[in-house]
Amino acid sequence: MSKVLIVAEHLNGQLNSATARCVTCAKAIHADSIDIVVLSDAPDAIAAQAAQIAGVSKVITVANAANAHALAQVLAPQIAKLAAGYTHVFGPSTTFGKDLMPCVAALLGVAQVSDVMAVDGPHTFKRPIYAGNAIITVTAPAEHAVVATVRTASWPATGAGGSASIEAASVDATLPTHTRFVTLQQGKSDRPDLQSASKVVSGGRALGSADAFSIIYSLADKMGAAVGASRAAVDAGYVPNELQVGQTGKIIAPELYMAIGISGAIQHLTGIKDAGTIVAINKDGDAPIFEIADFGLVGDLFQIIPELEKAL
Amino acid sequence: MKILVAYKRVVDYNVRIQVKPDGSGVVTDGVKLSANPFDDIALEEALRLLDKGLATEVIVATIGPADCQAHLRNGLAMGANRAIHVVSDQPIQPLTAARALLKLVEKEQPGIVLLGKQAIDDDASQTGQMLATLWGRPQATFASKVEVAADKATVTREVDAGLETLEVDLPAVITTDLRLNEPRFIKLPDIMKAKSKPLETIAIADLGVASGDLLTTTHYAPPPKRSKGVMVKDVAELVSALKAKGLV
Ligand SMILES: Cc1cc2nc3c(=O)[nH]c(=O)nc-3n(C[C@H](O)[C@H](O)[C@H](O)COP(=O)(O)OP(=O)(O)OC[C@H]3O[C@@H](n4cnc5c(N)ncnc54)[C@H](O)[C@@H]3O)c2cc1C
Ligand SMILES: Nc1ncnc2c1ncn2[C@@H]1O[C@H](COP(=O)(O)O)[C@@H](O)[C@H]1O
Repeated sequence: MSKVLIVAEHLNGQLNSATARCVTCAKAIHADSIDIVVLSDAPDAIAAQAAQIAGVSKVITVANAANAHALAQVLAPQIAKLAAGYTHVFGPSTTFGKDLMPCVAALLGVAQVSDVMAVDGPHTFKRPIYAGNAIITVTAPAEHAVVATVRTASWPATGAGGSASIEAASVDATLPTHTRFVTLQQGKSDRPDLQSASKVVSGGRALGSADAFSIIYSLADKMGAAVGASRAAVDAGYVPNELQVGQTGKIIAPELYMAIGISGAIQHLTGIKDAGTIVAINKDGDAPIFEIADFGLVGDLFQIIPELEKAL
Repeated sequence: MKILVAYKRVVDYNVRIQVKPDGSGVVTDGVKLSANPFDDIALEEALRLLDKGLATEVIVATIGPADCQAHLRNGLAMGANRAIHVVSDQPIQPLTAARALLKLVEKEQPGIVLLGKQAIDDDASQTGQMLATLWGRPQATFASKVEVAADKATVTREVDAGLETLEVDLPAVITTDLRLNEPRFIKLPDIMKAKSKPLETIAIADLGVASGDLLTTTHYAPPPKRSKGVMVKDVAELVSALKAKGLV
């Protein structure tokens, strides 16, 4: 009997698709029930979105002004209370889930399974270590709740079609006031979201400047793709941090990934290994990116990209 | 104010990790070991606070096998005032690391504990969050900017949506992201000086750290391999290849 509780991720009243990916992972353990909890100052609209995910049994809302921003030390005590009666508590391995779920695990006194990429049984999972250079099989003790983060790139999102019941819960937990939200400086863009886009065009250090990076944006717009970047491009200030792809950035699985002027360091490759088709454009024919690219083109990106944009 | 820095030794980030053919682990014999890159950044941040007079003492701590001493000496050479070595021959999981660090926190009463956002061996990204929880103190994870004033810290965090800023009361736990700073290089004279800095050794059993409730690793496998694809000669060939796959 597995009963799974999934912690919903949301921002500005919108449910993040990472939540529906956690549902897919929960289905892989053949859970008897899958519930989603929405903690927010105004959870109703988000709960309505969660209730539509196929296969969800129940959506629990916890409305509290203290939940207006996702502060891990505020949310965790509430989730730990709600975890009673569940065999599993899942969250996405996004920055939201990575920040929060270890706190839940610590309150429950259990180890956490990070980045679940495959399920071998209700307590046995596969997860990557060493920047994805080894995959380990781990077993969590069966006598305690399993707390895990779900590697979103490994699991497609479960679609709509459900009509789960929505239940308001009140949680009796003392919430700390020692942590205060100040601001969120959010990259605003009309482009597809990097984590869920089906096509991603990424640029690296080779772009050389923020101005020159505009040819990556322009190609992405022509293709209807999201824009990503290597760490070197982010460090150099060509693009904001939320575009970084890799071990310490976003792990993504688009149908098409284009690496342009990116050498292919292992830390970058970790982030794109699950992509359907990888295209690499690099002037160095020996660049490691070509070892994993489905299609490689050697040449100067400043010549190739405008040509490519015209040809599409 | 004291600052405690959790300073883990890991396989160097440049090493190409090989899984043993029998699936019992990864090859670690003879490979280069270094400080976890995020922990060097944590130490650098602590040292900058020390340089600015915002901290009085920086302590580096590691939980690891007996031969971790040289690693801690590196931390001392970088500029930490003293080191604590919690000796354990077993691989340390995040929950145990957090429990052990809590014991050090109770003893040392630091105003800030700095950790890396993740150890690049287990890639768990748990220890700082677990420590903050067990300690009942604030956490600011994935920090790319830290400002300390009196009894508060303002921390900018790299999150999926962009940059989030939090204000936390001290004492607090902060975990570092890559863009927080660039760690300084160790200078030769400092290596000599580090030899005489205090390094305390404690057996993990003597700290009274609860064990158990841990994960068991049963198998190691290499990742599925992506096969090498084809090289195309020009843009036209690339476009027709992508068209054939229905991707453009
Ligand atoms: C702990 C740790 C974590 C890390 N995490 C990440 C991560 O999450 N993501 C990440 O990306 N990196 C990460 N890195 C950094 C990583 O190791 C590499 O340094 C980085 O990915 C390099 O970025 P790059 O490929 O853009 O730059 P470079 O390695 O400098 O490559 C630039 C490439 O552009 C090519 N080039 C130059 N000019 C042209 C031109 N005109 N036309 C075509 N090609 C050209 C060059 O041949 C070269 O291959 C991490 C490193 C560490 C230590
Ligand atoms: N054995 C250890 N010794 C010292 N610090 C550790 C240890 N394990 C984890 N840490 C700290 O916790 C951070 C996150 O580790 P992890 O949760 O394993 O990804 C690391 O960057 C270190 O700062």
